Amino acid sequence: MVPTPYYIALSALLLTIGSVGVLTRRSAIMVFLSVELMLNAANLAIVAFARQWSASGIEPALSGQAAVFIILAIAAAEVAVGLGILVSIFRHRVSTDVDELSEVRL
Amino acid sequence: MNDVVQWAALAPLLALVGSLINAFFGRSLKEPLPGIIASLAVAAGFVLAVLAFFGLQGSDHGVQVTLWRYLTAGTLHLDAGFMIDRLSVTMMLIITGVGLLIHIYSIGYMRGDDGNSRYFAELNLFVAAMLVLVMADSFPLMFIGWEGVGVCSYLLIGFWYRDRANPDAGRKAFIVNRVGDVGFLLAMFLTFKTFGTLNIAAVNAAAPAMLYGSATLTLIGLFYLLGATGKSAQLPLQVWLPDAMAGPTPVSALIHAATMVTAGVYLIARIGAVYAMAPGAASTVAWVGALTAFIAAFAAFAQTDIKKILAYSTISQVGYMIAAVGAGAYWVGIFHVLTHAFFKALLFLTAGSVIHAMGGEQDIRKMGGLGRRMKITGTTALIATLAISGVPFLAGFFSKDAILSGTLTSGLLAGNGGDVVYILLLITAAMTAAYMFRWYYGIFAGASRVDKHASEHLHESPPVMTWPLGILAVGSIVVGYLGLPEFAFPNLIQRWLEPATQAVDFNQLAAGTDWLLVGLSILMVAIGLGVGWWIYHVRKGAPVAALKESNLAGASRGALGFDALYRILFVASGEGIAGGVATLDRDVVDRGLAGGGAAVGLLGRLATALQSGFARAYAFAMLLGVVALVVVAALTGVLK
Repeated sequence: MVPTPYYIALSALLLTIGSVGVLTRRSAIMVFLSVELMLNAANLAIVAFARQWSASGIEPALSGQAAVFIILAIAAAEVAVGLGILVSIFRHRVSTDVDELSEVRL
Repeated sequence: MNDVVQWAALAPLLALVGSLINAFFGRSLKEPLPGIIASLAVAAGFVLAVLAFFGLQGSDHGVQVTLWRYLTAGTLHLDAGFMIDRLSVTMMLIITGVGLLIHIYSIGYMRGDDGNSRYFAELNLFVAAMLVLVMADSFPLMFIGWEGVGVCSYLLIGFWYRDRANPDAGRKAFIVNRVGDVGFLLAMFLTFKTFGTLNIAAVNAAAPAMLYGSATLTLIGLFYLLGATGKSAQLPLQVWLPDAMAGPTPVSALIHAATMVTAGVYLIARIGAVYAMAPGAASTVAWVGALTAFIAAFAAFAQTDIKKILAYSTISQVGYMIAAVGAGAYWVGIFHVLTHAFFKALLFLTAGSVIHAMGGEQDIRKMGGLGRRMKITGTTALIATLAISGVPFLAGFFSKDAILSGTLTSGLLAGNGGDVVYILLLITAAMTAAYMFRWYYGIFAGASRVDKHASEHLHESPPVMTWPLGILAVGSIVVGYLGLPEFAFPNLIQRWLEPATQAVDFNQLAAGTDWLLVGLSILMVAIGLGVGWWIYHVRKGAPVAALKESNLAGASRGALGFDALYRILFVASGEGIAGGVATLDRDVVDRGLAGGGAAVGLLGRLATALQSGFARAYAFAMLLGVVALVVVAALTGVLK
């Protein structure tokens, strides 16, 4: 069995890649992808810990996996809304550069 | 017969209607129309006054017209009502008659002025207020007219309000008059406390039953005198009138010479019964009048403004009237109001004609010889000058002579310096003749000092201005014959006014003394004119030029320093307080509020720097926050 710290290290790596992606990419699509990456890093951590706790008998089996399924479902719905907004912005401005979307300020 | 007299009560209303028409619709009326409407309103008032004058013939009593009850307070019931008797009708004739001529003259004088309709609205409003003043049957209603003329005077002095000095002069007149109004109000309070009524006729009827010379009556008299000194520009409140010349010249003629400034004289004549019972107050009145007449005549010598000389001359002449009513010679005071209205209005209107021709120039040092270019103006000005000087057979001679003999023989002034008042006024008569000679000679005769440019435009005024001059000139000659000395001739105006005014005892002079007094006053006029002739014609002004830097000339120029004194006593302290408050307001309140505002603004600018609008910057801030939270949690071990 792969030890839990390996999963956690992967999860931290994914989260770092995701957050660097959010901060550096200017295309809204790529920012969106990076956010998904961060989300899934969290999911991975939850699943890894759930497996460890259920193996040592502290948690009932599959409780973490159930939570991750709910998160995936909500994330799918959120992606649908987010992509809808992106398409709408693209139709208006022929660009999805997030730096250009800075009108909402003083 | 009474019906005809009662119609006169409409006169103020007509003037008011004229004023309202010009005020609300004047701007859309084509030029001469506002003047014509205003003139018609006054003309109608004049016709009503003439009808009332004939209606009152043969009846000693006036006609009381009660309009409505306008005040009920406790036991006090006050009706707004007019008292149309011989005294008030005489004043109405002066106001509407002279007023009409000045309205007509103004049509020419104010041609092309931006505020043409505003001018006539204010002029008509003045006539309405002045009529209310003289016709009122109670003190409060009289006070309404009293304040009304004050407001109109203020409005018209500052008529050309774009030049800062003019509204300042208006304010000065208004504030100085306010001081006099306090006297009028105190007098009304005391009158009500003493007599229990504010009806003028009732007060006059009750006064003879009071204690002769009592302190209360004297105090009432002194307070009414304070009111009169404000409106009539007498010591110590005379300072506003010379500045009031900032207004258009016809205004100076109507308000500040012929009518409004005589309100104080009328007030004292109206309540003559009170003064007849208070010799102390009456002699104070006479002294104030005589001193004012003397001081103003002195101040008139060094003035160089064509209208300022006339302003001081007005103060001086009103001083004569006040001295007359102080002496108890009430009809004489009103008689001088009548003659003065003619020749002083004429003097001002000729001055206006000159200013008009000179394109606004008012300095007599830049005039001279104008009589040769402006025949009608010059001739009528000469008549007015001779009339005010008191040259025999012109109007001023008869009224001034009556004042002089009135002060000398008055029983009210006996023992209170009546003879000193007489001598003071006699000297003033000579001074009047001298300074008026200077005025006339400096403008209309002698060598021309007009500069080339003004000389080319010099012209006689249009007929609408010269006709009133002619009529007033005729009046300046003939109205004097209404009041021929009674010891030798029938005196029409005395017989006419005596039933409406209080009778005061006058000492009978020894036979022949009458003629001696007349001779003395003629001598004084001759001296005055002779000295003027010698100084300004024979010596070409050399004796005066030698005096130029002396204290005497300085005192005359500054009118004995009353303005400077009041500036130190009253204006300076007020300015000090206002300056302190302004400093407090500017340096503490304003600066504090501005500082607080600036601090909030700075804070706001700092906060806006965070809100860049870049989504990625926000994300970075969130990340930093989360990292910080995690570090804190890990170091403190909260999660364990």
